[in-house]
Amino acid sequence: MNPGLNSALNSGMAPVATPWFFYGLAIVAVVSGVFVITRRNAVHAALALIVALLAVSGLYLMLYAPFVAGVQIIVYAGGIMVLFLFVIMLVNIDRSSKERRFNRMWPVGLAAACALLALFVSAIMKGKALLPDRMMPLPESSNTQQIADLLYGQAGRMGQYTFAFEIASLLLLVAILGAVIMTKKKI
Amino acid sequence: MPNFIMSYLDPKVTVTPGEAGNQFWALIYVLIIFAGVAVAVLCMNWIERKALAHFQVRLGPMRVGPHGLLQPFADAIKLMLKEDIIPAEADQFVFWVAPLIGLLAAFTVYTVIPFGPSEAVSDMNIGILFMLGVSSLGVLGIVVSGWASNSHYPLIGALRSSAQMVSYEVAMGLAVVSAILMTSMNASGTGTLSMIGIVQAQQQQGIWFIFKFFPLGLIAFAIFAIAMVAETNRAPFDLAEAESELTAGYHTEYSGLRWSLFMLAEYAAMIAVSSIAVTLWLGGWMRPFPNLLHAPAWDLIFSLFPGLTFGGLAAITFIEAARMPTQSFFKIQRIGLAVFAALLGFIALFLLLIAVAGRLADAIPALPRILAGLLHVLARFREGIDYVYWFMLKVAVFMYLFIWYRATWPRYRFDQLMKIGWKVMLPISLGLLVVTAIVGVIVS
Repeated sequence: MNPGLNSALNSGMAPVATPWFFYGLAIVAVVSGVFVITRRNAVHAALALIVALLAVSGLYLMLYAPFVAGVQIIVYAGGIMVLFLFVIMLVNIDRSSKERRFNRMWPVGLAAACALLALFVSAIMKGKALLPDRMMPLPESSNTQQIADLLYGQAGRMGQYTFAFEIASLLLLVAILGAVIMTKKKI
Repeated sequence: MPNFIMSYLDPKVTVTPGEAGNQFWALIYVLIIFAGVAVAVLCMNWIERKALAHFQVRLGPMRVGPHGLLQPFADAIKLMLKEDIIPAEADQFVFWVAPLIGLLAAFTVYTVIPFGPSEAVSDMNIGILFMLGVSSLGVLGIVVSGWASNSHYPLIGALRSSAQMVSYEVAMGLAVVSAILMTSMNASGTGTLSMIGIVQAQQQQGIWFIFKFFPLGLIAFAIFAIAMVAETNRAPFDLAEAESELTAGYHTEYSGLRWSLFMLAEYAAMIAVSSIAVTLWLGGWMRPFPNLLHAPAWDLIFSLFPGLTFGGLAAITFIEAARMPTQSFFKIQRIGLAVFAALLGFIALFLLLIAVAGRLADAIPALPRILAGLLHVLARFREGIDYVYWFMLKVAVFMYLFIWYRATWPRYRFDQLMKIGWKVMLPISLGLLVVTAIVGVIVS
C-alpha cells in the first residue's frame, strides 16, 4: 500500500474541517428551530422541524455516534414527522392560521427557556470539573456494539442501563395500548 | 495533488475512498454513480414500456429510432421543453421543494451501496440503518407534494401513500433485522450493520442469507421483496397514483421538468431498494459459488460473463438490424442500429480483453514490453468489473420483476393493502425475528 494512504489509515480518519461543520450544522439547527415556532403555517413549521432534526443528527455524527444519528433519522425525521404531516394535512390550515392563539402561556415558556439557557451557560462556564477535558477517543467502528453492551449487558451480565431501558419500553407499550383502547369502541 | 490522485490507483488499495479519506476519488465515484443511475433510469424507461407492451401483445414505442430506442431521449427533451405550471392556489415554496426532497433522498442512499468491496463511495458502520433512514425520508416528498398542490386528488394520494409507506416500513425493518442477526453467525461472533460487512459475512459463512437457516432466510427475503414494492409505490401497491381513482395521485398538478424529477426519484429509489435486497440476501457483488469453485480457472470463466453479455446484446442487435424492412425509408434506422450493434460489440471485445489480459501477458513471453505493461494495467480492472457486473445483474433481475408485477397483478383495494401490511406481514416478520434469534443461539 502507498505510504501516504497507509499513514492516513493508521492515524484514523483525519477530521475534515471539524469546527466549520459544527458551526454550519448549529446555524441550520438554530435557524430552523426558530422557524418552527414562528411560522403560522403548520406544514412549514413541520418542514423546518425536519431540517432541525437532520442538522442535529449531523451533530451526532460529529460526536462519533453514528448509531444515534441513524436512529434519529429513522425514528424522528422518517417516522414521527411523517405522522405529524399526516395529521396536519387534514387540518384546515387557512382557518387555523388566522385564529388568535387562545392560551397566554408564552411568559411561562419564555421563563422556562431562560432557565434552561442559564443552566447551559452555568454548566459551560463553571462545570470544567464535571466535563472531561478532552474528547474520549471512541473507536467509531464499535460504537453500535458499545451501545448494545450498555443497554443489554454482555455475556450474561446485566448492562448498566438495562433496567431503565426496559422500563422505558414498557411505558411506550402502555401508551400504545392506551391509545388503541381509547379509539376502539369495541375491543 | 497528483499524489492524492495516483495513490488511489494503486491496485493494492482495498478500501472505499470514503474510508481512505480521499475526497477526490469519492467525488469521482459519486459522479460515476450519478451518471450510471441516470443512464439506468433511461434504459429502464424504454425497457418498461417495451416489456409492458409485449406483455399486452402490443408493440410499444416503434417510431423514434429503431424499435423506439431513442424514445426515452425524445421524452426527456419533451419534458424539459414543456411549460412548468405552478397552480395559483398552491403553496409556491413547498410545491417547488417537494420533488427535490424525493430526489435527494433517493440519491443519497447510493453513497453506501456496495458495488464491490472497494467499489462504493463510503462504507459506514451504520450502512443499513443509514439506507433505511434516508430512503424513509422519500415519503416526505410525496406527502408534501400532495399537500402543496392544494387539490383533492393529490391530497388523497399523499395520504394513502404516507399511510402505506409507514405501515410497510415496519415489516421491512423487521425483515432486515433478521438478516442482520445472521451476520453475527461468523467466527468472530459480532454482527455488523455495514453494507460491505454484510456481504463479507455471507462470504465468510459460505452462504447467501436467502438460503441461511432454510426457510427462515427465504421468508425474510420474501417479506422484504413484497414490502419494497409497497415502499416504492409500484404496482400492485400503487394506490397513491391509481389513475382510475385519483387521476395521477400526488403528482397530478405537476408538469414538465418537475414531474420528470418525480419519475427519476421513483426509479432511483427502485434501484436503491433492489440493491438493499441484493446486498442483504443475495450475496451482493459475489459471483455464483465463490467458495466452492474458487480455482483460478473458474475465476477466468466467470469473468468472461460481462463480455459475453455484451456480446449477446450485440448479436441480437445485429440480427434485428438485418431483419429491418428493406424499404429505403428504413435505411437510416438500419445504419443506426448497425452502428449501435458495433458499439456494443466493441464494448464486449474490450471486456473480454480485460478478462484475459493477465493470462495473455503471462502466456506470451515474446510480447513487447510496452504491450505487456498495457495488458497488466488492463488486468487490474478485471476484479472491479466482475464485482460491479454481478451486482448489477442481480439488481437487473429485480428491476425486471418490478415490470413483471406491474403487468401481471391487479391493484389492491386500500383496506386490503392495510390488512396485508399490519395483519399478515407484521406478525410474520416479528415471529420470524424471534425464530431466527432462537435458531441462531442454538446453532452457535
